[in-house]
Amino acid sequence: MSEHVVVIYPHPDDEAFGASGTITTFREKDIPVTYLCGTLGEMGRNMGNPTFATRETLPEIRKQELIKACEVLDVKLEMLGYRDKTLEFESREEVAKHLNSYLQEIKPSLVITHYPGYAVHPDHDAFGAAAIRAVEMMPEEERPAVWAQAISNDHLEVLGQPQVQNDVTSVFRKKFASILAHKSQADGMLSKVRNEEEDIELAAQTWLGRESFYIWDFE
Amino acid sequence: MEPIDINLLQQEIDERANKQVYVHLETTNGAYASHFNKDSYNVGAFIRNAKVQYERGKVVGAESTYRVGLKLEIGWIYAEGVNKYEINENGSLLMAGHDREGRLMVALQISETPFHY
Ligand SMILES: [Zn+2]
Repeated sequence: MSEHVVVIYPHPDDEAFGASGTITTFREKDIPVTYLCGTLGEMGRNMGNPTFATRETLPEIRKQELIKACEVLDVKLEMLGYRDKTLEFESREEVAKHLNSYLQEIKPSLVITHYPGYAVHPDHDAFGAAAIRAVEMMPEEERPAVWAQAISNDHLEVLGQPQVQNDVTSVFRKKFASILAHKSQADGMLSKVRNEEEDIELAAQTWLGRESFYIWDFE
Repeated sequence: MEPIDINLLQQEIDERANKQVYVHLETTNGAYASHFNKDSYNVGAFIRNAKVQYERGKVVGAESTYRVGLKLEIGWIYAEGVNKYEINENGSLLMAGHDREGRLMVALQISETPFHY
C-alpha cells in the first residue's frame, strides 16, 4: 500500500493549529496529504481584529483562507459542505458513509482526526467519531492507521500519554505560515499572545511546537 | 460594519416592517468558554432564516449598547448588545455586537431574501 495521509477535521484552521507541522513532515517526504474539511466555520466568533468580516461574509472569507492554507501546506483540499456547529445533529452513519466514500477512493495509509469525547468542540467530537466509524466500515485488512487528537484539559489524565508526539519546531515556519493564512481567526488568538510576549513567533512556537496523537485501537 | 446611528438604523428597521422577512438571530460566548475558564459556561443559541413579519420594530439604547425589539403578530424577537450595523450587498440589514477582541457576541439580521449557507 502506497502512503497517503488523509486529515479529517471540521473547521478551516483545525489543520493549521492542530496538525500542520506533522503534515509538513509528511509532505517533505513527498507523501501526499488530502484534507477533508467538514465546514467553512460559518459560525465562528472571530471576525478579525479589528473586525473585517460579518456573519454573512465569514464563510467566503474562511473558504479563501482555507484554500490559501492548503496551498501553503501543499495538500489537496476537499470541502465537504456541512454547516458549522451542526455536525453532532447529523446522522453519524450518513456522515461516516460520506467520509468512507473518500477513503475508498484514496485508500490512505493514515487518517488523522479528532479524538471523540476529548476534542472540546462538539463538531470535533462528532466529526472525529464519524471519521473513525468511516475507517471501521472498511475491511480490516484495508484499514489505515488512525491518529486521534485530544484537546480537552483532562485528556492526559484519562487517556495517558499519546503514543505519537511530534516535535514540530524544525518546521515551525511552515506551521506559522499556515496559521497566518487563517487571518480572520489568527488575529484574535495571536494578539492574546502578543500582549504577553515580545517575540510572537517564539511564543507561538513554545505554545504550538508539539503535535500529539493517540493511535486508535479498533479492538 | 459601522457604529450604530440610532436614527438611520431606525429607518432601516421601519423599512422592513409589515413585510415577509427572514431573520438570523444568534448569541454565543463560544465553544471554548469552559475549556479556557472552568468557571464559565458554554451558552449560545441561533435561529437562521426564521420567516416572520413584524408590525413594529424599535432600536433603543445609547453609545455602545443597543437593544432591538421586533413585535410580531403573536410574539417577539429581541436582541441586546448590538453596537454595529450595515446594509450588505443583498440589501439585508445586519446588526451585531462585538467584544473588545472583535468577537461576535450577538447578531440580529433581517433580510427580504433567505440568508445563504
Ligand atoms: Zn475546530
